[in-house]
Amino acid sequence: MRFIPATAFAAALTCAIATAPADAVEIGEHVSPGGIPFWLVEEHAIPIVSFEIEMPGGARLDPEGKDGASRLMSWLFDEGAGEMDSAAFNLEKDALAARYGFSVTHDAFSISAQMLTEKLDESVALLALAISDPRLDADAVERMRALLLSNIADSMQDPNDIASRAFYARVFPDHPYGRALDGRIETVEALTIEDVRAAHDRLVQTAGIRIGIVGDVTPEKAGELLDVLFADVPEGEVREFERTEAAPPPGVEVFELGVPQSVAIFGMPGIYRDDPDFVAAYVMNHILGGGGFESRLMEEVREKRGLAYGVYSYISSRASAALYLGSVQTANERIAESLAVIRAEFERYVTEGITEEELAKAKQYLTGAYPLRFDTNAKIAKTLVAIQEDGLGTEYINIRNDLIDAVTLEDIRRVAERLVRPELMSVVIVGQPEGI
Amino acid sequence: MNRILRGAVVALTALLAPVAALAEPAVTEFELDNGMKVVVIEDHRAPVVTHMVWYRFGSADEPPGKSGIAHFFEHLMFKGTDEIPEGAFSKIVAENGGSDNAFTSYDYTAYFQRIAADRLEIVMKMEADRMVDLVLTPEIVATERDVIIEERNQRTDNSPQARFQEQFDAALYMNHPYGIGVIGWRHEIEALNIDDALAFYKAYYSPDNAILVVAGDVTPEEVKSLAEIHYGPVPPSGVHPAPRPKEPPHLAARRLEMADPRVGQPYVMRSYLVPTLKSGEDPREAAALAVLSRILGNGISSRFAAALEREQKVAIDTGSWYYATARDENEFGIYAVPAPGHSLDEAEAALDAVLAEVIASGVTEEELARVKWLIRSAEVYEADDQSQLARKYGRALAVGLTVADVQGWVDLVDSVTAEEVRAAAEKYLVLERSVTGHLLTAEAQ
Repeated sequence: MRFIPATAFAAALTCAIATAPADAVEIGEHVSPGGIPFWLVEEHAIPIVSFEIEMPGGARLDPEGKDGASRLMSWLFDEGAGEMDSAAFNLEKDALAARYGFSVTHDAFSISAQMLTEKLDESVALLALAISDPRLDADAVERMRALLLSNIADSMQDPNDIASRAFYARVFPDHPYGRALDGRIETVEALTIEDVRAAHDRLVQTAGIRIGIVGDVTPEKAGELLDVLFADVPEGEVREFERTEAAPPPGVEVFELGVPQSVAIFGMPGIYRDDPDFVAAYVMNHILGGGGFESRLMEEVREKRGLAYGVYSYISSRASAALYLGSVQTANERIAESLAVIRAEFERYVTEGITEEELAKAKQYLTGAYPLRFDTNAKIAKTLVAIQEDGLGTEYINIRNDLIDAVTLEDIRRVAERLVRPELMSVVIVGQPEGI
Repeated sequence: MNRILRGAVVALTALLAPVAALAEPAVTEFELDNGMKVVVIEDHRAPVVTHMVWYRFGSADEPPGKSGIAHFFEHLMFKGTDEIPEGAFSKIVAENGGSDNAFTSYDYTAYFQRIAADRLEIVMKMEADRMVDLVLTPEIVATERDVIIEERNQRTDNSPQARFQEQFDAALYMNHPYGIGVIGWRHEIEALNIDDALAFYKAYYSPDNAILVVAGDVTPEEVKSLAEIHYGPVPPSGVHPAPRPKEPPHLAARRLEMADPRVGQPYVMRSYLVPTLKSGEDPREAAALAVLSRILGNGISSRFAAALEREQKVAIDTGSWYYATARDENEFGIYAVPAPGHSLDEAEAALDAVLAEVIASGVTEEELARVKWLIRSAEVYEADDQSQLARKYGRALAVGLTVADVQGWVDLVDSVTAEEVRAAAEKYLVLERSVTGHLLTAEAQ
C-alpha cells in the first residue's frame, strides 16, 4: 500500500462527504409515529438495511476519575441483554446474521447496524434489547475490563498512541478532550458496575438523536422499526456543549521512546464547522496538506526528499474545540528536517499563496469526487448522520459543490493567514529525535 | 441457549435459496488476444467504477536477495512515463474526481482507481501506458527508497509485534518465500537500485501476467471495447514468474520466544502449515479448514472464546485465521492473550485442550450450521461494496483460481460435513507442522 492518510476523522470528513447527483441519492426526511426523526435513502437492489445512529453526549460526560467508563460500556452492549447472557445473545445475533457496532467518542455514542431484510424485525428487536437492557453481568464486565486494561498497556508503548495522548493532554489540561477515551489504568481498575450502568444511562437517550437509514425498507416500515428500537429508551434532555477557543501552547515537547522512527503531531488553533469561512478553510487545507499525494506537504516532504511515508494536515471541528492538526513520522535522525520543511512550507503558503490553477484543480477534485462517497449503503448512512451533525439540511448535498466552487483565491489567502500559523504551532514528538 | 439455536437452524434453511439468488452479482469474463484476462462486475446503483489491474506476482516471486523489490516497484509505478510527467498520474486521477492507490502482497501486486463511470477511459489509458513505458532515473529510485525505509520504520521497526511476526514467519516457512515479509528485509531494501527495478519491470509487467477487473456502472461490452483499444496493443512478454521453491516436509515443531521492553501485552500465537484452495489436492479440505477456523476462533460464539475467555478465564482475547485463497501452502493461525495472573503456557495449554477436543469429538451440527450461514449471509452484505467485490475476484484470479471457484465457494462450504472438519483438524493441526511463538515483555534496560 502506498499510503492512506489517516485524516478520515473529525470535521475533515463531514465536509468531504457531500454532494451526490440528485438522481443517484434521494434523501427523505421523516418522523416515526412515535416522534423519532430520521433520514432515509431507499435502495431496494440488495436485501439489506444499514442504520447509523448517533446520540450526542459521549465520553465527555464521564465524571472526573471515571475515565474509560463510556468506552467500557460501549464494549458491553453485545455481551448479553434481557434474559440472554453473552453466549445466548451472540448465538441469536448470528442466527439473524445481524451486524451491530457500538462506539463512543468524546461527543457522542454511535450505533452502526446492518441487517438482512428478511430478518429485519427480529434484528431490530434484538438491537432494542441490547441498547435498552444490557445485562452488565459481573463476568462480562470483568472480561471487558481486562481487555481494556490490556489495550491501555499496549497503547502506552505505542509511539502513535503516546503522541496522541500527550498532545491532547497538552492542549486540553482541564477539559474532557484531554482525557483518553480508554481511560487510565487506575481509573479503569476502579470502575464499578454501577459506574458502567451510569455511563449507559448517560449515553443512551433519544434527545438530539441523529439517524440515517439506507437500504431495502420503506419510510413507513422504518418508522415502525425505530419505535420498536427506542420503545424503552428515555428521551433525556437536549445537550448543549460550550465551545472553547482552544489554543495549543506553542513549543515543542519531546517524549523519549526507544524506537527508530519519531512520531510528531502538530497543531494550531482551528475553525468551527459553522464558521462562514469553513468551506474555504477546507479547500485551503486540501491543497496544503489534506489532499493525499497532491498536497504541498506530501510533495515537499515525501516526493522531493523521501523524508516520510506519509504527512498530512486536517481541520478538526468538534463540539467544543476547533483545531488545525497534522502529523508526520520520520527516522530519528531526520525528523528535525521534516519539521523544518513543514514549517517552511507553511510560511511559503501564507506569503506566496497559491495559483489560480492549483485552486481550480482542487475544486475539480473535490466536486468531481462526490459520487465516490455514495457507493455503499453503510457509507451513505454515515454521510446522512454527518450532515445532520453539522446542522445542515437534506438540501446540502445539492448545494455543496456550489459552495466549493464559490471559494476564491482571496478566500484562500484570508483563511491561510488566519489558520496557517507556524509561530503558534504546538508539537509533540515521541521517539529519540536528533537536533530538536 | 438451545431454544434460540433451534429456532435459528429452522429459520435459516428456509432462507438460503432466495438470499443466494438475490446476492449473485453479474460477472462476465473474457480474455484479450495478448493474454490479459478481464473480469467485469456490474453494479449500476451509482455512476461509479472501480478499475483494477492485478499482476500475478508478488513478494513471493522476488529473486533471492532482492526482498522488497515487488513492493518497491509498486511505488515506482507512480512515477512518470514517456507521456505522463513524473508524479502526474495520481494528480490526473484526482483532477478527474477520482482516487487511486495500489497494494502488494505475497501473491500479487494490484493498482486501482475509483472514479466516475464516464471517466473510465482516462484511467485505463494511463494504466496501460505505465505497464510498458515507465521512465526511471537513479535519483527517483534513490528518493523513493528513502520513502520505503520510512514505511518499513513505521510498519515494522517501530513495532515489536511486527518484528516478532517477521521472525515467526521466517521460522514457519523453511524454504518457501512466504517466510519473508512483503516489505522486505531492511538490509536488502537498502541495497535495491535502478537495475533491480528495471529488471523486475521488464520481466514481469506485461498483459499476459495481468488481470483487469472493472466493477461498477459499466457493461461488459463497454469494457471490452475500451480494453481492446488501450490494453490490446501491449505485446505479451511470454515471461512468467518462475515456479516457487516448495516446503520440505515439516518434521519438527518449532518454538520461538521474543522479549521486548515495548510489549505492553504478551501473547501466544501458533501457525500450522496447511493447504489452500489452489495448492491443495482436494478443495474440500480448504473449505473444511475455513469452517474449522471460524468454529475455533471467530467471534464470541467460537470454541476458544467460550472455553478460554468465558469458562476458564485464562484469556482475555483469542482468535484464529486462515487464508483459503493463498496460492501456495499457507498458515492456519491461532492466538490467545492471557488474562491477568495467567501465563502464556497456561493459555497455550488451554488452546491445545480445545484442539484436542475437536480432534477427538468433532464439531456439532449446530456449530456447522451457524458458521455456514454466516459465510453465506456475508455474501449478501458484500454485494453492497463494489470495491470489495472487485478485490475478491481479482485476488482469486491472481492466484490462479477461476470465477467459477469464487462463485462456487459458498456451495462448497455448505457441502462440508462435520466429519470433514474434524478430519482436517486431525490431519493438519499437528505440532510438527507448526511454529509456536511467545511474545513477552522485557524489563527496560
